[in-house]
Formats: sequence, C-alpha cells, structure tokens
Amino acid sequence: MTAAVETFELSKDYRVGFWRPRPYRALDNVSFSVEPGEVFGFLGPNGAGKTTTLKLLMQLVFPSSGRATILGRPVGDLAVKQRIGYLPENPYFYDNLTAEELVAYFASLFGIRGAERRKRVARLLDDVGIGAERRMQMRKFSKGMVQRVGLAQALINDPEVIFLDEPMSGLDPLGRRDVRNLILRLREEGRTVFFSSHILSDAESLCSRIAIVAKGRLVAAGRVSDMLAFRVLGWEIVLDDLPVAPSSDQWGGRLRRVTRLDEKRFSIELSEDVRPEETLPLLLARGGRLVSVNPVRESLEDFFVRQVNAAGDVSRFLDDAPRVTVGKSGETVTKKAAAGSGRGAQ
Amino acid sequence: MTTILRIAVQVFKECVRDRVFYNLVLFAVLLIGVSLLLGQMTAGQEVKIIKDLGLAATSVFGLFIAIFIGIGLVSKEVERRSIYSVLAKPVTRTQLVLGKYVGLQLTLAVNVAIMTIALYGVLAFYSWTTPALAKQAWEGPALDPAILKASYLILVELSVVTAIAVVFSTYSSALLSAVFTFGLAVAGQFSADLKNFESIVDSRALVWFLRGIYYVLPNLASFDVKLQVVHQLPVTASYLAWATMYAAVYVGALLIIAVVIFSKRDFK
Repeated sequence: MTAAVETFELSKDYRVGFWRPRPYRALDNVSFSVEPGEVFGFLGPNGAGKTTTLKLLMQLVFPSSGRATILGRPVGDLAVKQRIGYLPENPYFYDNLTAEELVAYFASLFGIRGAERRKRVARLLDDVGIGAERRMQMRKFSKGMVQRVGLAQALINDPEVIFLDEPMSGLDPLGRRDVRNLILRLREEGRTVFFSSHILSDAESLCSRIAIVAKGRLVAAGRVSDMLAFRVLGWEIVLDDLPVAPSSDQWGGRLRRVTRLDEKRFSIELSEDVRPEETLPLLLARGGRLVSVNPVRESLEDFFVRQVNAAGDVSRFLDDAPRVTVGKSGETVTKKAAAGSGRGAQ
Repeated sequence: MTTILRIAVQVFKECVRDRVFYNLVLFAVLLIGVSLLLGQMTAGQEVKIIKDLGLAATSVFGLFIAIFIGIGLVSKEVERRSIYSVLAKPVTRTQLVLGKYVGLQLTLAVNVAIMTIALYGVLAFYSWTTPALAKQAWEGPALDPAILKASYLILVELSVVTAIAVVFSTYSSALLSAVFTFGLAVAGQFSADLKNFESIVDSRALVWFLRGIYYVLPNLASFDVKLQVVHQLPVTASYLAWATMYAAVYVGALLIIAVVIFSKRDFK
C-alpha cells in the first residue's frame, strides 16, 4: 500500500546571519512514513524542525538533500495538491476579503464553481463555527476565528491528506475541543491527518502514531501505545485496612512513595527495580487487604522530555568545529556539528 | 490561464477595498477638481492647465498605487505568510506571480479610467460654463479625444512600473521594494539623457557604461505625451504601437526574471 506521506533522508540547510552568513541545519536526514487513514502527530519543542518539515512537504522550501512523497508522488506535483489540505501555523489571510469570499476563492483554485462552491463554503464555515461573521472582512477577525477559517480553507477540496501545523494554536478551550472533534471526525471518514504540535495531551488523545523531532533530527517514531507501554517506571500497590502506615525508611528504599488515601487505605509506589511479586507478600504479612497492583508507565510528556534531552546540545551550524563535552555518566563525548551526524528513524 | 485569472480577480477585489487605494484615487480626483480653480488664475490657458494637471495627477497617483500596492503583492504575502495557503493549492509559482501582476493591472486600469472620467467631467463642466466667445481663444477643444491617448500611455507606463515592483517584491522586503521601485521609476524618467552623454564626457568607457545603463533602465519618458496632447501636437498610432511594443518586451523580460527568482525562493 502506498504511504500517504513519506520522507527519505530529508535535510534542509539555511544560511543565517547578514554579514557573514553561516550554514545552519534546520532539518537533518529525517525519514518517516505516514500510513493512509491514520492520525500522525509530529511533535517537538519550538525550533525543532516541525514547521520546516511541513514547509518541505508543501514545497514552500526546497530540500538541501533527500526527498519526500505524498500519496506516492513527489511533493509539489499539482495532482497531489488537488488531494491535500494545509493549515499553516498562525495563518494570515487577506484583510479586505470576507471569510466567505476567502474560502470561495480557495475553492475556485481547485476548480470548484457555482452552486457546489456555495454549498461547500457554507457547510465548512458552519462546521468550524463561523456564523454570521462570515460576511465580515477578515481584518476584523480574532486570532481564533482566523484559525477556524484556516481550517475551513484546508478542507475545501475534500482532501485525502490534511496537514495541520499547530492547529490548536490561538484557540480557546472550546475551539480546541472543536478542532479535536474535527480531527476525530476526519479519522472516522478515513482521511489521513498529519499534524504538528507541542501540546502532548492532544497528540496522546488523537494520534495513532507519532514522531518526535529535536534539534532538527528525528529522535523517535512509532505507535504511541508501543512507545509508552514498554517502559514501566515503577508499580503502584493500593492496600486497605492497614493497621500501621508503612514507612519508606523501614523498607530500605524499596518503597518510593507512600500516600495515605483514607484512614487505613494507602497507595504505595515501588521503585522501578523492585519486583511487586517479592514485596507484596512482605507488605501483606503486616496485615491489610490488597486492592490493586498497577504498573506506573511513562507518560508521553516523560517520553518526550527524555527523547528531547537525549538529542543533546549538538550545534546545528555546519561550520562549527567538533566540540568536546562531558556526557551524563562522566564520559568524554566528541560532538560534531549536525552535518552527517543525523540519523533517520522509521 | 483560468488560475491566473482567478488570482487576478482576487487581487483586484483586495486592492479596490484597500484604504490606500481609496485615498489615493479620492485625492487624485480632488486634485483634478482643484485644477479648475488653478485654471481660473491663468487667463486664456485654463483648458491647458486643467488637462496638464489632470494628466499629471493621473500619472503620479497611478505611480503611487503601482508602487505601494505593487510591492505588497508578493512581498507582503510572503511576510504575512498568506502565500503559504495559496501555494499549497494546485497553483504554480509562475501562475501566482502572473495572476498578481494581471490583478494589479486591472486595478490600475480602473484607476486610470476613473481619473480620466473625472478629468473629462471637469473639462465638460468648464466648457459648459464658459461663454462661446471665450472658447475661441482655446488652443483645442476641451473634450479632446487625444486625452485618451495620454491616459492609455500612462497605463502602459504603469504596467512597466508594476512589473519592476513585482520583480523587487519577489526577493526583498516591502520597504526595500518600494525604495528600489521608486528609484527606478524616477531614473526611468531621465534615462534618455544617458544616451547622449558622449557630447559631454571624454571617456569612451564611461560613455559605453552609461549607454549600457540606458538600455537596461526603462525609458519611461517615452510614455509621457502630456505635452503633445495639451499643445495639440500629433501623437500617431504608430507611436502608440511602438510604445506598447516596447513596454510589452520590457514587461515580459521583467516578469520572466520575477518568475525565475520566485520559483527558486525558499519561504522561511
């Protein structure tokens, strides 16, 4: 089956600085693929390369090396553009056009005309919650309203693949809920949604798969469930009717934290390296009743922070000399500039 | 072609609702009206003054519109990032640049038409309120069809200036584009002088250099026939055709440059 989106060792260098421009690697050998019909989250901190990747996919910038395909064809192909939608980050449109005129204009660029165009424009503006304001000029719109119109224009051609760059940006809680529901509806309709975000809760609740970029490099990619399932950070045991509260000190560091939930009900958190099979009988030997035993898993936020930190502080200036730094465990690490050091991940 | 026209229509809609455009057109129409008063101060020369001022206002304010709206066509779209949504649609960069250019040309055509109508309106009013005896002193008729020739060439001149604005705005900021375009538009009014520098300069190298600049710079003075129209001198059809051809070649070359630059540009 043809991937909805695929990148092959995609890199992008910019020259930054006015007097002495220096080559700066914004994206470094990024490879990933997005399957048809999935919601794919492209995550990373600010400046990680998310927007650069989206711009490369929209051919707003050209790659320094590598290539990308959408629906099996090279990016920029007009036939591909007919089948995709795109919402840029913090979109801005024409001040003097009304929302209705703007979306109708974008519809006309797809060759949608007449009654069909009027019908689609009205339905989409309804869908994104733009009511009577649709006849107001865009310069009078709030940031959230512009974002909603941006979503409407991204969907005007009934796209198979929709690219959303920070779609929740500038939206109030109601707007965010609407966008979440919209993405879920698009998924139910079998469309592919590729969205970039640094809001992890959105990604956790919406995406089937994610990729994390940091410092221009892809540091992780895969199913959210797989990424978070394998790493157990500890165990939580809940006991009731305990006559005496167990103390962390008495157990030689095996109990990471003890929390009183009720008078005789306690939540006991075991450290990562302590097996509950061994500790539980010892705990129950002092009385009490077992209520539950659950693994404490890493949240997406924990995972994200770990991956981003692991990316280190490699310079993204290509003309930087290799630098010697000290690693976390005290070893000497020679870090080269980003060129050639990036690794794609599937 | 249809995509270019759709973009052009959108540019036209956006431009005619622009406050800058409104203000410039209003101010120019007012100035044409004021020429009526100035004409009163010059006994026997009223019609000439009205025609001269009216055509000058059409030319100068058209130039302002071409520069200030023209430079915004591409550079502001890039700066404000509205271009991102457009280029994600089935639109090539070439279509976008050409659509923008055609859209502004439509706007300028409407602007020149409004000003020409305003000028004819003022002339008609003046002619209607002037006694027949006084009219005999006029050099030519008030409602002279030759004014249309001057207006047409103003529009042709503006098409060249717009193309210059589009070239600059494909790679530099709105402010720099305005400065560069304005500079070239002014230089273009005097470029013909560069051709004859050999009579005052001894250095052959300098003469060749200046002649080179003459061929590169637009000869905007060749589109200015105000003097001929005001003084009833002939402006032949062949001259109009020659000026149109010159502008077409120049605009074509500029638009090719704009498209080449724009097609390779990264929108960071």
